[in-house]
Amino acid sequence: MTTVEEPKTTTFDDNDQKPVGFGRMLRKEDPRLLRGRGRFTDDVQLPGMLHLAILRSPFAHARVVSVDTSAAEASPGVKAVVTGETLKGLGLAWMPTLSNDVQAVLATDKVRFQGQEVAFVVAEDRYAARDALELIDVEYEVLDPVIDVRQALAPDAPLIRDDLEGKTNNHCFDWETGDADETEAVFARADVVVKQDIVYPRVHPAPMETCGAVADFDAVEGRLRLWSTTQAPHAHRTLYAIVAGLPEHKIQVIAPDIGGGFGNKVPIYPGYVCAIVGSIVTGKPVKWMEDRSENLISTGFARDYIMRGEIAATRDGKILAIRTNVLADHGAFNGTAAPVKYPAGFFGVFTGSYDIEAAYCKMTAVYTNKAPGGVAYACSFRITEAVYLVERIVDCLAAELQMDPAELRLKNFIQPDQFPYTTKTGWVYDSGNYEPTMRQAMEIAGYAELRREQEEKRARGELMGIGISFFTEAVGAGPRKNMDILGLGMADGCELRVHPTGKAVVRLSVKTQGQGHETTFAQIVAEEIGIPPADIEVVHGDTDQTPFGLGTYGSRSTPVSGAAAALVARKVRDKAQLIASAMLEVTVADLEWVKGSFQVKGDPAKAVTIQQIAMRAHGAGDLPDGVEGGLEAQICYNPSNLTYPHGAYICVVDIDPGTAQVKVRRFIAVDDCGTRINPMIIEGQVHGGLTDGVGMALMEMISFDEDGNCLGASLMDYLIPTSLEVPDWETGYTVTPSPHHPIGAKGVGESATVGSPPAIVNAVVDALQPYGVRHADMPLTPSRVWDAMRGRATPPI
Amino acid sequence: MQVPAPFEYERATSVDQAIGLLERLGSSARLVAGGHSLLPMMKLRLANFDYLIDINPLHAELGYIRPVGDEVRIGALTRHRELLESDELAAAFPIFRDAERVIADPVVRNRGTLGGSLCQADPSEDLSAVCTTLDARCVIRGPGGAERVVTMEEFHVGPYETAVGDDEMLTEIRLPLRPGGGSAYEKVERRAGDWAVVSAGAAVWLAADGTITDARVGLAAVGPNTTGIPEVSAALRGREPAEDLYEQAGAIAARSCDPATDQRGSADYKRHLADELTRRTLRTAVARARS
Repeated sequence: MTTVEEPKTTTFDDNDQKPVGFGRMLRKEDPRLLRGRGRFTDDVQLPGMLHLAILRSPFAHARVVSVDTSAAEASPGVKAVVTGETLKGLGLAWMPTLSNDVQAVLATDKVRFQGQEVAFVVAEDRYAARDALELIDVEYEVLDPVIDVRQALAPDAPLIRDDLEGKTNNHCFDWETGDADETEAVFARADVVVKQDIVYPRVHPAPMETCGAVADFDAVEGRLRLWSTTQAPHAHRTLYAIVAGLPEHKIQVIAPDIGGGFGNKVPIYPGYVCAIVGSIVTGKPVKWMEDRSENLISTGFARDYIMRGEIAATRDGKILAIRTNVLADHGAFNGTAAPVKYPAGFFGVFTGSYDIEAAYCKMTAVYTNKAPGGVAYACSFRITEAVYLVERIVDCLAAELQMDPAELRLKNFIQPDQFPYTTKTGWVYDSGNYEPTMRQAMEIAGYAELRREQEEKRARGELMGIGISFFTEAVGAGPRKNMDILGLGMADGCELRVHPTGKAVVRLSVKTQGQGHETTFAQIVAEEIGIPPADIEVVHGDTDQTPFGLGTYGSRSTPVSGAAAALVARKVRDKAQLIASAMLEVTVADLEWVKGSFQVKGDPAKAVTIQQIAMRAHGAGDLPDGVEGGLEAQICYNPSNLTYPHGAYICVVDIDPGTAQVKVRRFIAVDDCGTRINPMIIEGQVHGGLTDGVGMALMEMISFDEDGNCLGASLMDYLIPTSLEVPDWETGYTVTPSPHHPIGAKGVGESATVGSPPAIVNAVVDALQPYGVRHADMPLTPSRVWDAMRGRATPPI
Repeated sequence: MQVPAPFEYERATSVDQAIGLLERLGSSARLVAGGHSLLPMMKLRLANFDYLIDINPLHAELGYIRPVGDEVRIGALTRHRELLESDELAAAFPIFRDAERVIADPVVRNRGTLGGSLCQADPSEDLSAVCTTLDARCVIRGPGGAERVVTMEEFHVGPYETAVGDDEMLTEIRLPLRPGGGSAYEKVERRAGDWAVVSAGAAVWLAADGTITDARVGLAAVGPNTTGIPEVSAALRGREPAEDLYEQAGAIAARSCDPATDQRGSADYKRHLADELTRRTLRTAVARARS
């Protein structure tokens, strides 16, 4: 491997010049990715490979009367044209979603959202395939669409899901958590009750790489190889086996390098299935890569919760209860990826970081004529919505009580001695120490000084706002007894093999989409077994090469597979100890582990390194009785609980009173994700998530016109932030290890995406206090802020 | 990757050869310069042309910023980056540098051209507002070397529609140089590189006694066309620059425009911005004219 010279800067002062373990080190995958030598799905080229393009519905709701493919079939270079009717014959017109609903692969009866898959063409190149789409003649009978989510359950609303037996309305599911009566009783006796309607609009993950697949079905062997953009290769393989009836051992799913996922690449999309069918039909490898518009209009969106938040407190600021009512827009099919028992994901943590007496949530989810999805975009299974709700409503309470929002939070935190803390909605927070995290953020921000500055500016008519959010997340699903995806338990396998020369390979079920697994997991194993990270190869993303596991989403890689990697390394180390005892001719109890070697207690000169042990494990000569040759192990880790990272975020904004433009001047993020494996990677994840937050708070929204046309079908219409919209991030950290995780680590991948939007919105609302603004919904575009300043803030939907 | 429908491509060797091709191919052909609007439209199949004539090879001929007499003449193929970096242009018309700093991003500015921007005739286009503010003249060349010169008002026929015929080509923009001038541009956008929610340009010319001899305001994204507002000019001429005068101009701008509510903002907000930005740019333009 080519070596990369590490920059000699102070930011690398805890760089691992040491041979093993945790600390800053440059990412092992970066030489490949930065030099353009990554291998993404669209880089896969196979001999004879054909290209697939999908015809999509221009209408949000319409009956498919007929599909005439004859002209397309006659188009130059076209090898196959497949419609819903064709798939029906194969029993593949519908597929299960990850939420026990079904979704059309290709429409047979109706189209139910604009952009829905109607037919596909396989041709010699993508131009020929795309050109032929123009020649498919589909006759539609246009139906009234359901676009306004608030009208979805109206008695006269058009029925979307007439494919479901006995379905008479657009109701998707109801869900509740907490105790309604108890909560009502607390509300009834509270000094102060604040209510606020809060919308978390529909946003899209918009990864740089769109979704795609290359399917290669070998009819002779009955074997399917599928390269695809998937965050969960093993779960996908099992589902393909179930859906397509192919034997699982004949399916190999390969997720090569992925250019960003953010949850967008968790679901199985019709396009993947089309690619498989295309390869079966033509007998050739078939590539499908969606274009940008297809990605934005048809793949998993996120959020789309209309929430009413209520908070009850005493006059002196003790929060007593939180209650919420949620209307959830799930689009045309319930394509949410959530554990089966959690249809609303982990929204139940809406009680936040506060010690309260009661809580209750009632949610109604409905179908609309919009793209399916729901859980995507770095949301930790709906915790993004939950944190936004609680942190916004707590700020509303602070305004009502005329209390400083930092003080109000500090007064209500769950205290360190209360952990493990069971919330009123049944979540067991593993560990936390909130006040030091909050204090550190306030110190970095210079909170008191900022408030003074704000006062001066207000006197001059300038608009400056300071926003705070404090979040607790629940990440790292399972345990398997509670959590499964379509019956697949949320636990992760891991294998570690140490080669004779002391180099190692660790095989993981999770899959990086750019967050640095090849480095982080090498560091975890290195820390446990004393082999330098550079000598540890991380293999992932190929079902033939790796043990079973549920994949990367919901910040679960480090909490689950990270634990698996540590434990499998310990298992190997235990075996190494047996071998070492034979090599040093002492008992196991006489040995102590000094990172990288076993030495005889009290006699450091008598020691063997892990590399020497590895050679002995494979070499000539006897091993101790009962010890097999080789130095490897395999485990499947079932987490006993989720991990609960937390953080304190403070945002400072300036608003131009003339144009209502919001400028994020400063952003302070203090995260506590327990043990920190590679601080550089953590900071990178935090920086990315904070940028996401600026996007959602200020500009991102997938909206629809009244006919159901998606108005965010390109990156000119759907804005994502650039470096010019974000400040220099100011980060800090505290460390409260998870008590049940083998190395004390918690997930961090989504913390910043979850925690930042409320801080930004709270800052904007704070800046607008002179205008009497109590709340304004995202996205806070200049126009919407100007409306708020005029006392007519309106929900975006 | 979005892929366009099939088309033929030819690189131009001279202005007249390109016009000859246009004459022969008619409305099925389109010139491509920077291509930053045309190619995305073709990839989305919103625009389908059988022939593209690439005029980038003509940059030596049509890429220039040149003072001639009492005008500054700019070749239609002059790139955004050249407009941004020209100190000569910034000295004469600081509005250009103001605008170029907020147009798209460096990648677009490296390749996009003045002529392409004007011919796209997007109602939100920044350089159309700049040229309107500066009372530019557009030189349009047709078959046989025939040239005609039109005002910006004449040039813009409608949204995405100009006076340039199927067999014609915009070759040059002429900006009149007048003494005592100052100009400025401001844009409100949702994000760097986005199209304007509203943008405004202002130019003023002051007499030796400090009164306004002439003033122009050009707005973008507030109606089907980028147009000047004669009423603003009339209100400002002969007056002493002052805050209440800018307010008056802003109010005229707000009521003279015709914005639509869309994802970039409500019509009310855009009208407010027309007012606010008119005042701001006039203030800056006067300050620059005085210095």
